[in-house]
Amino acid sequence: MEDQRANAVGIPSDITGQTNVKLSPQCSISDTVGKLTRIKAGKVSKKKSRTSRASAETMAKQQREISISEFFARNRHLLGFDNKRKALLTSVKEAVDNALDACEEGGVFPEIYLEIKQLSEDRFRMICRDNGPGIVKAQIPNIFGKLLYGSKFHRLKMSRGQQGIGISAAGMYGLITTGKPVSIISRTGKGKPAHHYKLAIDTKKNKPDIIAEKTVEVPWERGTEIEIEMVASYNKGRQSVAEYIELTAIANPHTTIVFKGPDKKVLEYLRNVDELPEQTEEIKPHPHGVELGVLMKMVKETSAKQLGAFLSGEFSRVSPKISKEVCSKAGLTQRTWLQSVGPSDIQKIYNVLQETKLRAPSTNCLAPIGAEAILNGLLKGIKAEFYTASTRPPAVYRGNPFQIEVGMAFGGQLGSLDANSKGDDKSKQPQSARVIRFANRVPLLYQQGACCTFKSVVDTKWNNYGLSQSRSTLPQAPFVVLIHMASVWVPFTSESKEAIADYDEIRKEIKLGLSECGRRLGTYIRRKKKRSHFAQRRDVFHRYIHEIVESCRAMTVCNKDDLRNALSDLAARATEAADMEFDDHGKIIAKRKNGDSEMDNTIVLDESQQAPAGQLELFSNGAPTTPKRTTRAKKTRKSSKKSKKKSSSKTKKRR
Amino acid sequence: MAKKKTSTKKSKKSASKKAPKTVIKKRSKRGKNGVKTTNKLEGLAESVVENAFGKREPAIDIPIRALSNVSFNPKTRYIEMGDRCQQRSLFNYGQAKRFMQTLLVASKCKELVDADKTASIRQIYYLAKHTIKGTKEKTFDSQDESDPVIEDLEVALEALREELHVFAGSKGALIGELTFVDSGDTIDATKLGSGGYAIPSIVEPNVIQFKKCKAKYVLHVEKDTVWRRFVEDRFWEKHRCILTHGGGQPSRGVRRMLYRMHDELKLPIVCLLDNDPWGYYIYSVIKQGSINLAFESSRMAVPNAQFIGVSSFDYKRFDLTDDVKIELDGNDVKRAKQILNYPWFAGKKAWEKEIKQMIKNGFKMEVEALCSKNLTFVTDEYTPQRLKQRKSWLD
Repeated sequence: MEDQRANAVGIPSDITGQTNVKLSPQCSISDTVGKLTRIKAGKVSKKKSRTSRASAETMAKQQREISISEFFARNRHLLGFDNKRKALLTSVKEAVDNALDACEEGGVFPEIYLEIKQLSEDRFRMICRDNGPGIVKAQIPNIFGKLLYGSKFHRLKMSRGQQGIGISAAGMYGLITTGKPVSIISRTGKGKPAHHYKLAIDTKKNKPDIIAEKTVEVPWERGTEIEIEMVASYNKGRQSVAEYIELTAIANPHTTIVFKGPDKKVLEYLRNVDELPEQTEEIKPHPHGVELGVLMKMVKETSAKQLGAFLSGEFSRVSPKISKEVCSKAGLTQRTWLQSVGPSDIQKIYNVLQETKLRAPSTNCLAPIGAEAILNGLLKGIKAEFYTASTRPPAVYRGNPFQIEVGMAFGGQLGSLDANSKGDDKSKQPQSARVIRFANRVPLLYQQGACCTFKSVVDTKWNNYGLSQSRSTLPQAPFVVLIHMASVWVPFTSESKEAIADYDEIRKEIKLGLSECGRRLGTYIRRKKKRSHFAQRRDVFHRYIHEIVESCRAMTVCNKDDLRNALSDLAARATEAADMEFDDHGKIIAKRKNGDSEMDNTIVLDESQQAPAGQLELFSNGAPTTPKRTTRAKKTRKSSKKSKKKSSSKTKKRR
Repeated sequence: MAKKKTSTKKSKKSASKKAPKTVIKKRSKRGKNGVKTTNKLEGLAESVVENAFGKREPAIDIPIRALSNVSFNPKTRYIEMGDRCQQRSLFNYGQAKRFMQTLLVASKCKELVDADKTASIRQIYYLAKHTIKGTKEKTFDSQDESDPVIEDLEVALEALREELHVFAGSKGALIGELTFVDSGDTIDATKLGSGGYAIPSIVEPNVIQFKKCKAKYVLHVEKDTVWRRFVEDRFWEKHRCILTHGGGQPSRGVRRMLYRMHDELKLPIVCLLDNDPWGYYIYSVIKQGSINLAFESSRMAVPNAQFIGVSSFDYKRFDLTDDVKIELDGNDVKRAKQILNYPWFAGKKAWEKEIKQMIKNGFKMEVEALCSKNLTFVTDEYTPQRLKQRKSWLD
């Protein structure tokens, strides 16, 4: 019977999540298509040749539904709970992502308080509080106590969470490892009561198990606080909670994050952008990004009655004209009743759709961070001397619109910090650059090597931009590259959302972004080298001037000071000229004097385009509590986004 | 001088795209020979001061001492320096240090001239060497840096080393039928034992005056060791001649001495040198002057000097054994061909044959090698015979 058991768990691993997963043993395989995943337990019955084996009837007794919660409880690595260290990070990530999504959707500047308390050696309590719109009482248990329940899965819209697994999975992990329920306090506004729930998840039924429920007094007006106790381990450095928070702050400069670690140290990242990210619009799927099975499902579920209405109504970029064309090519008409459309017809329609030339999907569903905000974010999180950023125009892969943004920080304390931590090692082994990756503003910390962004960075010829790089490695420099992909559907290589898949279209956009910023960096580095060379020359001249004055004095009558001044003036002039000559030659020797203070503590931003007008008020953290959503009309940026009306703070499932 | 500088600067600016490190320009006609050395040194400093106050970049014009800037004058039959100059500028990154060094050496020479003292080139090196204020850099890192600077000064100021009160170490010796006065002391060169008279660096008439000469010619040999052979065998006595050597490439003192003996005593100069490219070139320097010191050719070169041996044909002529052979290496052949291409060798059939024969032989021979016959072969047989075979001398 063991093979049966194994089979029951051998569920298709591409489970992308789905609400309301009903698992019925007899469901036909042909129905389970696309993202609609049904988990079939047990074998398809077949004729048994030996009576000693189980009969279909005896087997049927063991064939039963598996709850999605149960499945994930067993396969928690699929959600990023592989080990203690990662479990903590994943929990923080889910909590913070949800908090940010909620605040942004509610039109509030996110203020997030995160605390991690160490209770014993491997037991931690994570507390995360936001100032979002809060959750209505009735929805609290569902949101936190049920997997695959949420607002985000059913729409093609850019958001951090996508499926509605995350936060409940974190709660489940805590429950499994410690037996302690999840504690949630939420309040929807001033004068409203704050509800406190203690929830466990009934993993068999995938439904919340309310352990305690009461109304409490809280000092804050609005928001949600979640507290999960779990077995975990806390570490520092790369792939740590602190790094995650740091990167989140970089990608979300409109956010204030306060993080208190187990060592009681408080890290504060204050908001330095007075503008919320634009709310994005939901879009309908683009025919080129739809798979056959999904198309079948859509035919089944649509409210349209006729084919023409279905095509033009359910997809983006399918006009009635194109709809007509598609129908006729598929041998059908717009009037064809959907009920009469069989699987072979759907196949035909699908083929025709793929061949038809369509406009790219609209891109107002994307909200890039924006070059200015990236600069602000980098300024906040990374101490360097040169920053640049660029936002690529939107592009499309497989019918999904996406947008790539690249930021770079170079030099300054990036190099010296390293020297402090590693001591003498630095001179022997120059540090490698660091790649920080984001997908829809969420930092990606694991599986760097598998990520499309990382591959693009490695493939770039950094030598052209003044950085040294061995073949197929990261450049060796005090250098940070930020890459952000914004998309309605970010193609991750796995369900734990750690690496972006390698699509040619995505790779191309990243490369273009990298070279755009790289050129600016190269210009800056060349300029810097030139300047240092110029200083070095002047130094040499001045050194010799003294000798020359002495020699001349020994041979002829002259005033030493006058002569020295005259020669110094000439030296100043000559070094300028010499510098000009160098421009043309491009022959450079890099050697910086310690005394070159004009670069230190100076934030050099590429003058040409990226220096934002509001640069000076960068660190004026007025941090108003009531957010002002400035209208885009004021901005000169020619992005295609348009400001969207505040979406009502709908109850949403937090992933 | 100042006017010239401005014009150079203008041309430099217009052509500054390529930023040539050396600005090559025509040198003005030499016209400073009458001026006293101390005035020349002062003039150098003044031009720097003048330029500095006039907001022009100070620079010194230094005639180029290279094959590209020398020419063989068939009339005088010695190498003359061309009139191309290199400008050494303070505000040129590659030249700044050299410029400083030039002025520094000049100021030391001025001190010497004013104090009426002389110093060796090595002493000059130490005089001028010190750590630059506020740095760890030395004005000179080695004598190899200061020696060329002295030569630069000589050409730039058109003042001889002697006039700058700088001398080099003694190199080379003299013995034979000659009586002369050196710094007031009368020297009979026949009574100098085995060591002979070390030829000083400065042999100008104010130091050395010839008194009496019974010699018929001067025999110049390449090295000290060969010279000793001749001295021990009292060759100079038997053949009534003066014997000199230059310790390899003869120094300026030796060359000047040869010149004066030829010029004032009307003695022919014959050379016995190794049969290798080195030997050829030593001969060439004695006869036509050197490329590096082309500006001194007129007072050093002896165009009538002649080469008596060792010739590439002597191997057969004197029936030498294989023991004398030293194989030619690639550098030797290269150098030999180079020498063959010098304008003052080109067109001389005998020399062409000689050098080609050496390359054909594939070996070279030292004068010492003649000892393989017997120790005194070179003095008893070889040289007397070669002296008689005037027709096979090389010119």
